[in-house]
Amino acid sequence: MSLELLRDVAKPILQGFGITGRRLARKKVTVMDPEEIREQFPRTRWRHYLTRYDSGLERCIGCSLCAGACPARCIFVEAAENTDEDRKSPGERYAVRYEINMIRCIFCGYCQDACPTGAIVLKKNFELADYTRESFIYTKERLLESYPGECDAPWKSKYA
Amino acid sequence: MPKRIETVVLHDSSTPVIGDIQKGGSVVITTLETALDQARAHSLWPLTFGLACCAIEMMSTVAARFDLARFGSEAFRATPRQADCMIIAGRLSKKMAPVLRQIYDQMPEPKWVISMGACASSGGVYNNYAIVQGADQVVPVDVYVPGCPPSPDALMYAILKLQDKIKRKEARNFKDLRLIESVTGPRTLEKVKS
Repeated sequence: MSLELLRDVAKPILQGFGITGRRLARKKVTVMDPEEIREQFPRTRWRHYLTRYDSGLERCIGCSLCAGACPARCIFVEAAENTDEDRKSPGERYAVRYEINMIRCIFCGYCQDACPTGAIVLKKNFELADYTRESFIYTKERLLESYPGECDAPWKSKYA
Repeated sequence: MPKRIETVVLHDSSTPVIGDIQKGGSVVITTLETALDQARAHSLWPLTFGLACCAIEMMSTVAARFDLARFGSEAFRATPRQADCMIIAGRLSKKMAPVLRQIYDQMPEPKWVISMGACASSGGVYNNYAIVQGADQVVPVDVYVPGCPPSPDALMYAILKLQDKIKRKEARNFKDLRLIESVTGPRTLEKVKS
C-alpha cells in the first residue's frame, strides 16, 4: 500500500519538481516591458507618419490614393492648390487636411504601398492606446513630422 | 532597536506625503482612497472575454514572454463575479451585444473596460449590419487600443494606461502618482531584472 502510494503519488510530484528545477537554470524568456522593449520585426507596421523631403517640403501631394486603397476607409484627404507664394509640396497640390481614424485603421500598410511619393509611412511606435475616442482622430498636425527624418529616429517607450 | 522616526509630516490636503526613507524611518501618510486605488490598480483581474482573433494576442500577453503577472493581472477569471477589468478582445456582433452587457452588469464595482482592437473599438473593416460599431455603444469603455490585432506590448501599454487612470482618480495633482515606486525609487531595467 505504502509502496503504491510512493510510486503513484510521490514519484510524479518529484518528477514534476524536477522539470521545474531544470527550467530554473535556463535563460528567462520574459521581456521586461515597458523598460525594455522587445526587438520589433523589421516590417512591423504601427503608427503613421507623413514625411518630408530634405528640403522641408511635404511629400504628400493630396492625391487620395491612400484613401482609395484603405480597406477600412479610415483616411480622409482634402487637397488644395499650391501657389508660388505658399508652397507646401513640390507638386501642383498638397493635402490641406489629412486625417486618419486610428481606431478604425487595421495597419495593413496598403496606404504606404499606394502612395506614389512615399509620403505616408508606418513606423514601429505601438503605444497608441488612449482614453477617449476623439483623441484617435490623427490630424495632419499630429501625423506630419516637423523636420525630415524625424520619424526614423529610434523610438522610446513612454513608460521607460 | 526600532528605527527612530525623524520627520512626521503634517498636512491638511488629501494628497499623500512621502517621508524621507534615506534618513532612517519614514512615514507614509495617505488617504484610504489612494491606498485602495493603488491596490486596485496593481491587482486588476481581467475577465476572459475573447470574442475573436484579438483573444490570441490577449492569451499571449499572459504567457511567459510578456507576462502580465508582473503588473498583477495574471488571474484571468472565467466568471464576471471575480473579475474587475473586462478586455473586449475582438469584434462585437449585434447578437453578442446583450450578452456582453449582461456580463458587464454582473461584474462587481469598481469595474473597468478595455476595448481591444479596431473591431471592438470602432468596428474596423466590418462596417456592416452584423457588427456593433464600437463597444462603447453597449458598455462604457475606459481605454481603447488600436491595432488589428494589437500586439501584446500594445495591450500591456493599455493596461498601464488603465492603471494610471485608476491611480489618478482622486489625486489628480500628482501627475504620475506611483506610491510604491516613490518608496522604492523609480523603476529601472537593472531593478526589474534582479
